[in-house]
Amino acid sequence: MSSRSVLYDVPGPRAKKRNVLLTVLFLIALAALVWWVVQSLADKNQLEWVKWRPFFTDSRAWSTYLLPGLENTLIAASLAMVIALPLGALFGIARLSEHWWVRSTAGIVVEFFRAIPVLILMLFANAAYSEFTDISPDSRPLYAVVTGLVLYNASVLAEIVRAGILSLPSGQSDAAKAIGMRKSQVMRHVLLPQSVTAMLPAIVSQLVVIVKDTALGGALLGFSELLASVRPMSANYGANTIASFTVVAVVFVVLNFALTSFASWLESRLRRGKRSTGAVVGADAVDQLATPGERVSHDDLGGAGGTSST
Amino acid sequence: MFDFLKGYDLLAAFWVTVQLTFYSAVGSLIWGTVLAAMRVSPVPLMRGFGTAYVNVVRNIPLTVVIVFTSLGLFQTLGVTLGAADFTTINFRLAVLGLTAYTSSFVCEALRSGINTVPVGQTEAARAIGLNFPQVLRLIVLPQAFRSVVGPLASVLIALTKNTTVAAAIGVAEAAALMRVMIENEAQLILISAIFAFGFICLTLPTGLFLGWVSKKVSVRR
Amino acid sequence: MKPHKVTAAAAAAAFVLSLAAAGCGSEDAADTSSGDEKITIGIKYDQPGVGLKTPDGKYTGFDVDVATYVAKELGHEPGDIEWKEAKSADRETLLQRGDVDFIAASYSITPEREQKVDFAGPYLLAHQDVLIRADDDTIKKPADLNDKKLCSVTGSTSAQNVKDEIAPKAQLQEYGGYSECLTGLENKVIDALTTDDSILAGYAAQSEFKGKFKLGGFKLSNENYGIGVQQGSDLKAQINTALEKMVEDGSWDAAVEKNFGPANYKNEPAPKIGVIVD
Repeated sequence: MSSRSVLYDVPGPRAKKRNVLLTVLFLIALAALVWWVVQSLADKNQLEWVKWRPFFTDSRAWSTYLLPGLENTLIAASLAMVIALPLGALFGIARLSEHWWVRSTAGIVVEFFRAIPVLILMLFANAAYSEFTDISPDSRPLYAVVTGLVLYNASVLAEIVRAGILSLPSGQSDAAKAIGMRKSQVMRHVLLPQSVTAMLPAIVSQLVVIVKDTALGGALLGFSELLASVRPMSANYGANTIASFTVVAVVFVVLNFALTSFASWLESRLRRGKRSTGAVVGADAVDQLATPGERVSHDDLGGAGGTSST
Repeated sequence: MFDFLKGYDLLAAFWVTVQLTFYSAVGSLIWGTVLAAMRVSPVPLMRGFGTAYVNVVRNIPLTVVIVFTSLGLFQTLGVTLGAADFTTINFRLAVLGLTAYTSSFVCEALRSGINTVPVGQTEAARAIGLNFPQVLRLIVLPQAFRSVVGPLASVLIALTKNTTVAAAIGVAEAAALMRVMIENEAQLILISAIFAFGFICLTLPTGLFLGWVSKKVSVRR
Repeated sequence: MKPHKVTAAAAAAAFVLSLAAAGCGSEDAADTSSGDEKITIGIKYDQPGVGLKTPDGKYTGFDVDVATYVAKELGHEPGDIEWKEAKSADRETLLQRGDVDFIAASYSITPEREQKVDFAGPYLLAHQDVLIRADDDTIKKPADLNDKKLCSVTGSTSAQNVKDEIAPKAQLQEYGGYSECLTGLENKVIDALTTDDSILAGYAAQSEFKGKFKLGGFKLSNENYGIGVQQGSDLKAQINTALEKMVEDGSWDAAVEKNFGPANYKNEPAPKIGVIVD
């Protein structure tokens, strides 16, 4: 861990003793916390095997509730990503346009949707579909969730695409122009293909954000995703709310942790890569790009020589 | 045109949103700093706890966290956070959930801020005989805080937008009012535009201002 | 039960939806209504005792039993029934679009709904009531609810009615579904859960809760459950005949006993077809 060398010397005998003491104290505090949690759960009969059994011995708890819920989460997330990517690319490129009106229109649209909570977009989409379209009530929550996610994430992806293109060394487009390529050719044949690689870690990270946001649909729009499976489960298994929540949370963590790890693996691979330009939009940039008015500065992009912030 | 607004207290709803944001921001700053201190501490167990906390909480949807505070902590374990009536309890639970979630992002922002300080600087500081508190106070933190303004601003704005999730446990903030209004009134587009505008008023100026501040104070290297 | 638009949509249950099925489902359903093949029936998926999708993918509850009986009288074997979730907010739309042939989903007959759909029945007279802990002796009459902590589903009018008319000082917590309220009721954070007594009885009758909860028996309102059909549909008359037969041959009593019996639910006698109790 690099942070350690920034702040501390290699511990000497006294520091070592102090660290051991701190470890013991922290261990005691942690144990007290765990004991309190377990005790309160036991007090309220939440640790009874009856409440947890369905998830371990009854495969139907998975096949009837959890897996269909997970499936819907994944369907919504991947639909949103697949639709948002080209839209985001379009707006990202438009923000780099040489015509001021294209640039500013795209800019306004992107900033607008980055400034609004995704829940507001979903609520609007849900009501709009029920009022103005003939979409069946069964699929309306899915449409609403995907629409909200697309509007929001396309604008975030637009910034990722823009950052990805800007992360490329300027020599790339200079050289392309020097051999007589037109603007669109420079974009299509030189900048986009390379920036896609640079953007991959950020895109995978954004997928985590999308997966997490699908849960909004479950709690507030009646979308039958993973979180929403808590309700029928606790209706069937005698109000085992804590158990159901824990299982659902674990599934989310495993899924998202896999995605996050994949993103950092991609990032480190790209940074080490010899054949690429070394340009990367890091997974961490995603948090900032969700902010209206925020742009990724060149420091954040971390080209070949840049320091990684992860 | 705006007759339908009668009977709805828009300002009160947005005021709840602002309050949620404020208390959660203060809470996450404190807990996030503690977590960051753990993550850079020389004690492996603390580092492990900090890392585990951040990795788990960041990967759980905020909705799950918030709904859990209500159903798990309140309904099942009877945690009321010192309040007696449901409105206050729900508000405090929402602040608790938002804090637990947002502090993991604060922690990461602070940690990467500390990491931007080049190792050479602290080595030089130690070489001239500064002890650990001095290194932290005189060399590392002043630089870290300046580079952390931008990321923290992003976290604050994300938090403002995230307060809408509190609607899921019945806190009467802006998104909850929007749901009620969409339900009862016909002017869907207008209602949505009003709420969108309200959030833009909250997030855009904050973003622009803090973005300006962060450029102003950033350390050029 | 009178849950309202958005909210009840939140009262979702596990339900695999596929875009394709949703897209072409409407035409299929309309064609089969008169044939002797498939029939599509809308029910609740998350109300034990009334309409519940169980872990093995089967459906149980009073509404399900009534719907199965009616379908049989219409010439559809149980195996030919296609169940579809009818969330409260979606019921009128499902019928108007022809996505389902009929709906039996704790569907109270009200003048507003009758403008959009037709109702066969009523087949059950339910009342708004409260569910309280079995050992709670402090709630004996509706006025005792004052100072108590109530729970109901978001947007449902039943809890708001109690708060406005009977117990102004009561506190109200709203959730997306009834099972959330039960968690709090079990742990004494909530004192009373209020909605239709049929739904409450269904929960109280669940094996996990046996002996833990009881009904208040307050009869705060009259809910006439009907079977919703498309406006002007011939099905209404056929379903009414089927319902009459169900009461005559004792299947109705058997279904009540089977689904609500364990909760000591004192049901009203079978309602007369076409008679709405205000």
